Amino acid sequence: MALILGIESSCDETGIALYHTERGLLAHTLHSQIALHNEYGGVVPELASRDHVRHISPLIRAALSKANCTLPDIDAIAYTQGPGLGGALLVGASVANALAYALGIPTIPVHHLEGHLLSPLLSTPAPEFPFVALLVSGGHTQLMRVDSVGQYSLLGETLDDAAGEAFDKSAKLLGLDYPGGALLSRLAQRGTPGRIKLPRPMLHSGDFDFSFSGLKTAVLLAVQQNDTDEQTRADIAHAVQSAIVDVLASKALSALKHSGLKQLVVAGGVGANQQLRAQLNQAAQQRNFKVFYPDLEFCTDNGAMIAFAGAARLQHARRDYRFDIKPRWDLQQINHAS
Amino acid sequence: MNILALETSTEYCSVALWRNGVVHARCELAGQKHSEMLMGMVDALLHEADCGLHEVDGIAFGKGPGSFTGVRIASGVAQGLALGLQREIVGVCTLLALAQASGKQRVLAVLDARMSELYLAAYELREGEWQESIAPCLCNAEHAPMLVGAGWHGVGSGFAVAGEALQTRYAGLLDSVDAGAVPQAAAVAALAVTEFAGGRALDAAQALPLYLRDKVALKTCER
Ligand SMILES: Nc1ncnc2c1ncn2[C@@H]1O[C@H](COP(=O)(O)OP(=O)(O)OP(=O)(O)O)[C@@H](O)[C@H]1O
Repeated sequence: MALILGIESSCDETGIALYHTERGLLAHTLHSQIALHNEYGGVVPELASRDHVRHISPLIRAALSKANCTLPDIDAIAYTQGPGLGGALLVGASVANALAYALGIPTIPVHHLEGHLLSPLLSTPAPEFPFVALLVSGGHTQLMRVDSVGQYSLLGETLDDAAGEAFDKSAKLLGLDYPGGALLSRLAQRGTPGRIKLPRPMLHSGDFDFSFSGLKTAVLLAVQQNDTDEQTRADIAHAVQSAIVDVLASKALSALKHSGLKQLVVAGGVGANQQLRAQLNQAAQQRNFKVFYPDLEFCTDNGAMIAFAGAARLQHARRDYRFDIKPRWDLQQINHAS
Repeated sequence: MNILALETSTEYCSVALWRNGVVHARCELAGQKHSEMLMGMVDALLHEADCGLHEVDGIAFGKGPGSFTGVRIASGVAQGLALGLQREIVGVCTLLALAQASGKQRVLAVLDARMSELYLAAYELREGEWQESIAPCLCNAEHAPMLVGAGWHGVGSGFAVAGEALQTRYAGLLDSVDAGAVPQAAAVAALAVTEFAGGRALDAAQALPLYLRDKVALKTCER
């Protein structure tokens, strides 16, 4: 039985959570910097770090008071060690390590993507190992086979842009604010299916890899060659979303077939996309597999998934309080650490 | 009173404990490894001074200006320690820490701010208290604010990168220069003691860095 404080600060969200190994998630607090970076058309790392250091302590206090806990109740502190923006990671890591040292408790460095991968386990019903995971966020697009905590084999990944990046770059070309994934998806609802045609890169490549960088060139052309009226923009948005979702869904289905597994877990910000969910749900019914998503609030970066992953890795707790962060860190490298 | 101080704004990493008037301190060249060294140094320092963690009455940190990442490490660690120990925090300006450690009365403290700019401030010691003659600012040597009076001591890395330009700007006003001095935790601790005694310490969440350089990126509309 243990109470874990989770701290996430790898990019543009400061997330804090308290997870209890028996009682589950007790509280979580989040500060999103989307509005801050909006005017810059993308995340400015230095501004992200400055914002984390302003919000982290108040968010920790707010989580404690929501959960009706005090600091001495905490048994370990999990924090995102990487991958992510170095300066941003350091904020979470420094507070986590100093706080743990002051409380005389250990720290658990967590891989950000492991947090995403395991986040569907926070919901009910939860998937059971083994499963296939489709990890689709602003920075990553991967298909993984997950056999247990720490046992991840990469089936395929993007060779260039991440799916979220493809959504965001296309959204920008359509004049939408950053990050435009969710806005583009809203615009696409009014779009006419099939009016604009876009390529589905690597759909038949026979492996589980993705490529989205060519899509933005095609979107740019579509934007230049068509009128800029609201309906046309919606039609283009619809085409973009369909292209990305078709590739993601089709590769996820092949990965399930290839691995012989019956459970698919979708994690990361793009997992919030309703068309992706609709397509996967329909396929799940037809092909008799189950698909799991994290609760919407845990699709994007959050502290709950870090606290949860920390709880799963309690046996790796450390007491050296050296916070060596890992801005670049391949998830597969943690396999043998477990 | 026991005050624990942290200083990580330059390539050096230093910690100090002000223990009822006696100062214990450690300083190491850290490069970019502050995060890996800092907590270990704190622990070793407390051991050496035979001071239990819970005997620490307050946390002080060098709040900047300096390396953005460096001052955030000190700020983050100070916040974590203060939250966990339920103590208050004092952030000390790195330029003032340079003045304090110089042993002089009239000090022009200048740190290299990169991009051909300087972090600069001037202080005078009057009746045991530091008075700000030039408030900490970001400037270049040519347009640095003027000093009043002569007999100043120049200190800090700013003199290593812009020594000549500063000598020209302040011709005849500088008596001596120490370009090698870096802000250190011992001076941060000593300065913080007065702040704690004066009731000017802050809540843990308010232990924020002083950057001075705020324009770090262009907005879409400015490009
Ligand atoms: N409804 C949606 N449809 C499509 N994309 C979406 C939707 N909601 C969010 N996104 C996209 O999800 C991404 C953000 O997800 P997330 O926060 O998981 O990733 P990240 O923090 O940018 O990257 P990573 O976690 O890989 O470091 C953005 O690219 C955003 O546009």
